[in-house]
Amino acid sequence: MVACRAIGILSRFSAFRILRSRGYICRNFTGSSALLTRTHINYGVKGDVAVVRINSPNSKVNTLSKELHSEFTEVMNEIWASDQIRSAVLISSKPGCFIAGADINMLSACKTLQEVTQLSQEAQRILEKLEKSPKPVVAAINGSCLGGGLELAISCQYRIATKDRKTVLGVPEVLLGALPGAGGTQRLPKMVGVPAALDMMLTGRNIRADRAKKMGLVDQLVEPLGPGLKPPEERTMEYLEEVAITFAKGLADKKISPKRNKGLVEKLTAYAMTIPFVRQQVYKKVEEKVRKQTKGLYPAPLKIIDVVKTGIEQGSDAGYLSESQKFGELVMTKESKALMGLYHGQVLCKKNKFGAPQKDVKHLAILGAGLMGAGIAQVSVDKGLKTILKDATLTGLDRGQQQVFKGLNDKVKKKALTSFERDSIFSNLTGQLDYQGFEKADMVIEAVFEDLSLKHRVLKEVEAVIPDHCIFASNTSALPISEIAAVSKRPEKVIGMHYFSPVDKMQLLEIITTEKTSRDTSASAVAVGLKQGKVIIVVKDGPGFYTTRCLAPMMSEVIRILQEGVDPKKLDSLTTSFGFPVGAATLVDEVGVDVAKHVAEDLGKVFGERFGGGNPELLTQMVSKGFLGRKSGKGFYIYQEGVKRKDLNSDMDSILASLKLPPKSEVSSDEDIQFRLVTRFVNEAVMCLQEGILATPAEGDIGAVFGLGFPPCLGGPFRFVDLYGAQKIVDRLKKYEAAYGKQFTPCQLLADHANSPNKKFYQ
Amino acid sequence: MTTILTYPFKKLPTTSKWALRFAIRPLSCSSQLRAAPAVQTKTKKTLAKPNIRNVVVVDGVRTPFLLSGTSYKDLMPHDLARAALTGLLHRTSVPKEVVDYIIFGTVIQEVKTSNVAREAALGAGFSDKTPAHTVTMACISANQAMTTGVGLIASGQCDVIVAGGVELMSDIPIRHSRKMRKLMLDLNKAKSMGQRLSLISKFRLNFLAPELPAVAEFSTSETMGHSADRLAAAFAVSRLEQDEYALRSHSLAKKAQDEGLLSDVVPFRVPGKDTVTKDNGIRPSSLEQMAKLKPAFIKPYGTVTAANSSFLTDGASAMLIMAEEKALAMGYKPKAYLRDFMYVSQDPKDQLLLGPTYATPKVLEKAGLTMNDIDAFEFHEAFSGQILANFKAMDSDWFAENYMGRKTKVGLPPLEKFNNWGGSLSLGHPFGATGCRLVMAAANRLRKEGGQYGLVAACAAGGQVRERGTN
Repeated sequence: MVACRAIGILSRFSAFRILRSRGYICRNFTGSSALLTRTHINYGVKGDVAVVRINSPNSKVNTLSKELHSEFTEVMNEIWASDQIRSAVLISSKPGCFIAGADINMLSACKTLQEVTQLSQEAQRILEKLEKSPKPVVAAINGSCLGGGLELAISCQYRIATKDRKTVLGVPEVLLGALPGAGGTQRLPKMVGVPAALDMMLTGRNIRADRAKKMGLVDQLVEPLGPGLKPPEERTMEYLEEVAITFAKGLADKKISPKRNKGLVEKLTAYAMTIPFVRQQVYKKVEEKVRKQTKGLYPAPLKIIDVVKTGIEQGSDAGYLSESQKFGELVMTKESKALMGLYHGQVLCKKNKFGAPQKDVKHLAILGAGLMGAGIAQVSVDKGLKTILKDATLTGLDRGQQQVFKGLNDKVKKKALTSFERDSIFSNLTGQLDYQGFEKADMVIEAVFEDLSLKHRVLKEVEAVIPDHCIFASNTSALPISEIAAVSKRPEKVIGMHYFSPVDKMQLLEIITTEKTSRDTSASAVAVGLKQGKVIIVVKDGPGFYTTRCLAPMMSEVIRILQEGVDPKKLDSLTTSFGFPVGAATLVDEVGVDVAKHVAEDLGKVFGERFGGGNPELLTQMVSKGFLGRKSGKGFYIYQEGVKRKDLNSDMDSILASLKLPPKSEVSSDEDIQFRLVTRFVNEAVMCLQEGILATPAEGDIGAVFGLGFPPCLGGPFRFVDLYGAQKIVDRLKKYEAAYGKQFTPCQLLADHANSPNKKFYQ
Repeated sequence: MTTILTYPFKKLPTTSKWALRFAIRPLSCSSQLRAAPAVQTKTKKTLAKPNIRNVVVVDGVRTPFLLSGTSYKDLMPHDLARAALTGLLHRTSVPKEVVDYIIFGTVIQEVKTSNVAREAALGAGFSDKTPAHTVTMACISANQAMTTGVGLIASGQCDVIVAGGVELMSDIPIRHSRKMRKLMLDLNKAKSMGQRLSLISKFRLNFLAPELPAVAEFSTSETMGHSADRLAAAFAVSRLEQDEYALRSHSLAKKAQDEGLLSDVVPFRVPGKDTVTKDNGIRPSSLEQMAKLKPAFIKPYGTVTAANSSFLTDGASAMLIMAEEKALAMGYKPKAYLRDFMYVSQDPKDQLLLGPTYATPKVLEKAGLTMNDIDAFEFHEAFSGQILANFKAMDSDWFAENYMGRKTKVGLPPLEKFNNWGGSLSLGHPFGATGCRLVMAAANRLRKEGGQYGLVAACAAGGQVRERGTN
C-alpha cells in the first residue's frame, strides 16, 4: 500500500542537492565562558512568552554543535524555572536557516562508536525534556529545517513555517550514511505515520512547507511578506515571530489545541498500521525495496527501518536506545565516511576559487541546440541569464527550444514552478539561426559536434562578431582545449566547459583551463557554472581532461569483458552491484556508441597501449550497423518508446562472436571483473593527480561520483584508495598486469601510497 | 482594486490670467464664480497647460451601489450601465447627438455584451452613429475610460465624451471546463453519427466541473484579500487599526448619505421591483462587533475580515466630459477640470496594492503641486489594510529610498481631507464603475468645501495605478 512509495533512492545521487550551497562552516569557537555570554542562543521575554533565538556565530547556517546544545539546555531550564513565562517560541535569527542539521565536524571528530552514541543520547535527552515541556513551545521555522533541526522542531508542541521557497524540512542523514539520531526515528512515525516517515528518512528528501502542512509536519503556514517598512526578509521573520507568539499564548491559555484533525486517508492508514499483520507487510515491502535499490551497499536504510520497527514493536525506550546505538555504528562505517567526504568535497566545489570575475555574465550565447546546447540553455534561462540559442538548422533549433520548454513545463507539472513563471523564464531564451545579438554576449558556449575543424570554424566565426571581453567556452568531452584555442585571436579568453548529459539532471561541470587561459576567464566560467547550480571541478587541459580520461580505460575494459563472452546484462548487474548507478553496457548505450568510439580512438592514439584492452573494432562495427545506443533505438539493448523493459539486441551476437576472446579464468571471477573495471578507473584517476591535471583529490572524487557515477558509497576513487587500502589495490593491479600487461601497471603515486601506509589522499 | 485619480476643481480667480480669459468670453460661468465668493480666499495657481485643450467634467452620476445579490440581481450589466447613461442624460440635458464617443470600463465581462458600452448606449437611446468601446484595467477600468476620453479631447479628436463603468457581481460568467468546451465544439463540427458517438464516448463526469472566475491575479494566483492581508502584515498594520478605519469610512458615508451629499446618485427603477434610491452597503457597526469576525483570507491569524474589506457590489457610473470651450459654448458650468493623470505599475506579487503611494508623488510633481496644495483626496478603499499600508508607505523615508528611488518620503495626506464622504469600503466597489465615483466625489467635495485641487488615486490588480490631477 502506501509503503510502496516509502523508498529511498540512494543511487540517485541528485538528492545530494539538498545539502549543497548551505556553506558549511568550521567555526573557531573560542570557548569563552558560555555562562557569561551566550553566543549561540539568547532569549527575550515578550509578555509571558519567551522568544528563544538561535544564531550560530560567524556562520551562514545554524548547526547543532555541543555549544549550542549546552546553551539550549541552560536557556530552557531558565524558561521552565521562571514564573513569569508561560510559553516559548523557538526561532532562528538567520532568515534563510532555522537549523541546517548537526555539526558534521563534530561527528567527524568522534573517534569511537561510544562517543557518537553518547552524542545521540544527549540530544535525545534534551529533546525528550522539550517534548514533555509543561510550557508549550512553538517552533517558528523560516529557511532550512533539516536533520537535527527538524528533530528539534518535532519535539516542540507546535510548528509554524513560512511558505518561502527556502523553507524546507527533511531528515537527510541517510545521504550521509547515518540516521536521524535525536529521536527522529521515533517521533516522525507518530507524527506523520509510518509510511510517510520511512519515506522521509529513507530518501532524505526535502519537503516544502505547504507539503509539510498537508502531511501534518507543521501546524500553520505563514506567507512570506513583501516590501514594507523594513527589508522583506527581516519583516517576514518578525511577522513569523509575532504569529508564533499569538499561537504560543493561545496554547498556554488552552485556546488552541496542538492536536490536528487528520484526513480520512490518514486515519485509515493510521488504523491499518495498528494491525500487526499490516505492519509486518509494510516493513517487509520497504525492506525488499531498499535491498533492491541499495544492493546491500548502504547500511543506513536497513538500520533506519530496523530502528523504526524496534520503536513501534517494543516501545519508545527500546526505540531510543536502538536509535542511539545504530547511529553510533553507522557514523563509524566506511560508507558514512565516504558520503561525508563527498559532502565536504561538494561544499568545496561550490566555491569560486578564482574570486569574483571583473564582469558578470548577463548575456549568454550557446551554439548548437542539440541535447547539450539546449540543456545548457535550460539551466541558464531559469537563473535569469539572457540566453541566445543558435543552431545551423531550423529543425535543430526547434527541437532544442522544445527541449527547454519541456524541461520547464515538467517543473510546472510537479508544481515547482507556476505556468506564469515558466513563461517568464522562457522569455529569457532567444532562438536564432544567425549571429544577431552576439555583439552583446558576455560568454559564448559552443556545443557543436565534436569535430576539431568544425569547432575551429565556429570559433573564427564567433570571434568576428563578439565583443572583446566575451569569453569563448567549448563544451567538449575530449578535444583538447589548447588545440581548439590554437586558431583563436585571443586564447586567454578560451576555456573548456564540459557539461554532462542530461545537463539539467547532472550536477557536475568540468572546467578546463589551458596554459593561456586568463584567471579572469576562469573566474567567469566558474561563476556562470555556479549560477547554473553546478558542482565544479577545475582541471588542466589534456587529452580527455580528467573525467573522460578516467572513463576511457574502464570502457576499454568493458569491451574486453564483453569480448570475453560476458553477457551485457550480466556485466550491467556486476557493475551496479558494485555501486555504479548505471551498468557499464547501458552506459555505453546512453553515452552513444559513436561518441564512445570517437573518444576511444582519440585517446587511444595519445595514450597508446595503456588505453588498450578491448578491440575498438567492436564499436566501429556497431556504428557501421547503426547501433548507436539509445538515440538510435539500438545498441547493446533495444530501446522502444514507452517500453521500460530492455531486451538485448540479438543482432549484436554476430559482432561479439566475430571478436570473441578467450577469457582468462584466473581473472574472470565476478569480483575480478568488477575490480578490473574499477582499478583501471582508479589508477587513471590517481595518474591525473600525479600529472597535475587534477589540483586536489577532492575534485577528483567529486568529478568521478557526480560526473561518471563512481559508486558514492566508496566516496570516489581517492577516498576509495584511502578506505580500501592502496596496497590492496596495487596487489589487484599487479595480478591483472600479470594476465594482461601494461594496462594495469600501477602508477607511481599509487605505488608510493602502497609503500608507505601512512600516506593518505585525505589526511 | 484600484484606483485613482485626482482632480481638482478650479475656482476662477478673478486676478489670474485665467479669469482674464474667461472675462473675454461672454459666458455665464462667471455666475458660478460669484456664487461662491466665500471660497474665493483659497486661490491658487492654475494648472492649465499652453497649447493643450482644457478638459472639463460637466457632471457625473451613478446608480446606487448595491451589495451584489440584492435588488439588481436579476439584471444584466448593460441594464445598469443604461440606467447610468439615462441618468446622466437627464441630469445634464445634453442632446444625445452632441456626444462624439462613449467609453465604459468593466472588469468581469458578460460574454454576451462584451462591448457593454455600445449595448448600453443603444438601449439608452443614443444615436446608433455614436461609436462606443469598452476598456478594462481591473479596478481602474472607469479611470481608464475617463483618461481615454481626456486623451481624445485633448488631442482634438472629440469634443464631447461620455465615460463610465459598470460591474454586476450578482451574476458572473461561470464556464464549462475546458475539456467540456472542447467536446462541445468538436461535436459541433462532427458530421456523421459515428463521429458524434465517438466524441460522446469521450465524455467523463468530471468534464462537468465548472470553472469559476476568481478575484485573483493570473500571474501569481493570489487572491486580492490574501494579498491585502500580506500587505497589511508587511507594514505592520494591526487588526484594530483596520477596523477603526473601516468604521470611519462607514460613519462618514452614513453622514454624507444622511446629509444628502451623495448627489451623484440617481434613482434607479428596477423593472418589477421598487425604485432604488440609495446605496445599501453603508452599515456603521461597532469596533466590538467588528472584532468578533474571523479573518476572511489568511486563516486563522490574518487581519483582513469581511468588515474591513470592500464588498462585492453591483453598480454603474457615467460622466460627461467635454472640451472646455465646447462646454462653455453650450452653456454648461463645468464641475471640474481634469488635469493630470498618471498610471504606474509594480510587482504584482508584493506591491499589488501600493499604486497610490507610487503614483501620488509623480502626479503631483507633474502638476507642480505638493501634498499641501490638495484640498480633497479621494482614494479607492479596497481594504482598510491596503489604505493604511499605503499611508505607512507614504510616511516612510525608508520605503521611499529603497523602493521608490526618492530621497524623502511622500508624506501623508491629511486625514481631514481624505475620503470625507466615505469610500469603497462603505459605499461599495463595483470594479468597473468606481473610478467615476471617485472623481465625482472629489469634484462635489471641492465645490461643497470650497477647495481648488483634488487628487484621486486607486490601486488595481496587476499593480497598476493611475492617478490624475486636475485643477
